Amino acid sequence: MGLVAYGKSLAEAFANAAYGLFSLIVEPNKVKEKESRKVTVQAQDAEGLLFNWINELIYIFEVERLLFKSFDITEFTGQSLEATCWGEKYDPSRHQLKTGVKSATYHMLKVDGEKNRVQVIFDV
Amino acid sequence: MPEKWTGKLEKVDDYRWRIPKSYKSGMRVDGLIYASEAMLDDIRQDRAAEQVANVAFLPGIIGYSLAMPDIHWGYGFPIGGVAAMRVSDGVISPGGVGFDINCGVRMLRTNLFEAEIHPKIKQLMDALYKNVPSGLGSEGKIRLRHGEIDQVLVKGARWAVEKGFGHREDLETTEEHGEMAGADPSKVSGRAKERGVPQLGTLGSGNHFLEVAVVDQIYEKDTAKTMGIDQIGQVMLLVHCGSRGLGYQVADDYISVMVNFIKEHNIQLPDRQLAYASVDSPQGQAYLAAMKCAANYAWANRQCITHWVRESFCQVFGKSEKEAGLELIYDVCHNIAKIEEHDVNGNKDKLCVHRKGATRAFPAGHPDVPAKYARIGQPVFIPGDMGRLSYVLVGTEQAMKESFGSTCHGAGRVKSRAAAKRALTGQEVLKELESKGITIKTGNLKDLAEEASEAYKDITSVVNVAHNAGISRIVARTRPIGVVKG
Repeated sequence: MGLVAYGKSLAEAFANAAYGLFSLIVEPNKVKEKESRKVTVQAQDAEGLLFNWINELIYIFEVERLLFKSFDITEFTGQSLEATCWGEKYDPSRHQLKTGVKSATYHMLKVDGEKNRVQVIFDV
Repeated sequence: MPEKWTGKLEKVDDYRWRIPKSYKSGMRVDGLIYASEAMLDDIRQDRAAEQVANVAFLPGIIGYSLAMPDIHWGYGFPIGGVAAMRVSDGVISPGGVGFDINCGVRMLRTNLFEAEIHPKIKQLMDALYKNVPSGLGSEGKIRLRHGEIDQVLVKGARWAVEKGFGHREDLETTEEHGEMAGADPSKVSGRAKERGVPQLGTLGSGNHFLEVAVVDQIYEKDTAKTMGIDQIGQVMLLVHCGSRGLGYQVADDYISVMVNFIKEHNIQLPDRQLAYASVDSPQGQAYLAAMKCAANYAWANRQCITHWVRESFCQVFGKSEKEAGLELIYDVCHNIAKIEEHDVNGNKDKLCVHRKGATRAFPAGHPDVPAKYARIGQPVFIPGDMGRLSYVLVGTEQAMKESFGSTCHGAGRVKSRAAAKRALTGQEVLKELESKGITIKTGNLKDLAEEASEAYKDITSVVNVAHNAGISRIVARTRPIGVVKG
């Protein structure tokens, strides 16, 4: 299972990939934007940054049980990003989880800075 | 959808197909796929065979880049892949183990028969579902003291037994005794431990399950008897799960380490997910020590679950554990890398054997096979899918000679999870299973379709190839009557 995300900028494509990730986990219209969380990730290159960004969000969901719906990327260099993510705590009475996403993989992972297109396959 | 694979496959015999190293520049050894001619069409449907060729690029690889008959498309390495690298000059790759480190299967026998449990099967499945936490987002009922997770990572199944989950004898019939030596919790990130703490003692989701099964066919009577599989109709239990978020995080952490390693050494790879480090490098050794921790966590996990499974049986049938005869036959892992000694051109050599969706299958008399099974070889369990059969096999000398003591691990997907969901609804799958007399418990009906029989290869053709090629022998077969799907 994987996704391709586009944006007006590469940062927006990263934000859309994150939205895609959570739409696999839960129905997005069931998630309210109640609280925000700052997320910072770094890597040696853009591919590593995408891998780390997705895995950071999976980690936060699993440990803090936060489901996100919108992603405001405030800083983006291609080797680091800072984002404010909006969402709410997982509530089993309202959120039916759809897919358990274990991790992003490097398999066929692509970041295209010219087309502002990213591609990532998940281990589910 | 991935494109069809049209690469070269040379027939070696009815069950072996070679990808010659001339297929792709950079292959150090040939690829070898165990399959029947009838299975080749399915295998060519995706890029799994290309992945077999890609694994042959890795330094220090010995013999062949192998694929078991349940081969399917994985990430970097194919699922159903076996690759052995010399420790002296070879590499270790987290992608060759997979994200769910020590995903594995254990089987328990019972003294009960189908006719006895049939009237209470619903109650039994309810009790199993209630007593064993499962499903997406589920948390366990074990509360670890601060820092206690390190004990779990070092002691594995023994930690669970010392806490009262099961018995010492269970450790005798678990691969590595459920406790891999050399596990170093300081090599496991705080994040991995954070993910692992609340999830200990949980089945998880996806293809993980508990199954109540009935012996349906016995092929080798004496071998089966040695395992406590005595008669057709006897009730068995299967547990399939792994190392949960802790294992996934260890894999993530070290894939990043390995990607940096290949960058630093300016190594070109056909797929970054194959990233590796030399076995004897600090990075390779750190991964191995962390992977062993995750493996031990998985054994502790299956051991805790075993305890609740036994409790559920005793509750529902009003019998003591002894009366019910709930003994662990064996526990195998099918996602792991191990340092093992194998014959290489007549000499013993230390190898790092990666088994990703492949099961160890050591022969009779091997020192790592428990005394109880010294005469018959190591038991191997090959679960089918939810609606179909599962098989019990044993390891063979032939496996030692040609597949580094390895065989297949399951049916192998032919449909992706998404494609399976598009084809059938969970409700349809539930109905079909119920019509076959199989009781299902799940918290997520939608996902049931992912595990539908149609999504998998026919398990019987998979184990027949392993049997006919001689890399394991079929001993018995079971059919499911109740499943808790995680």
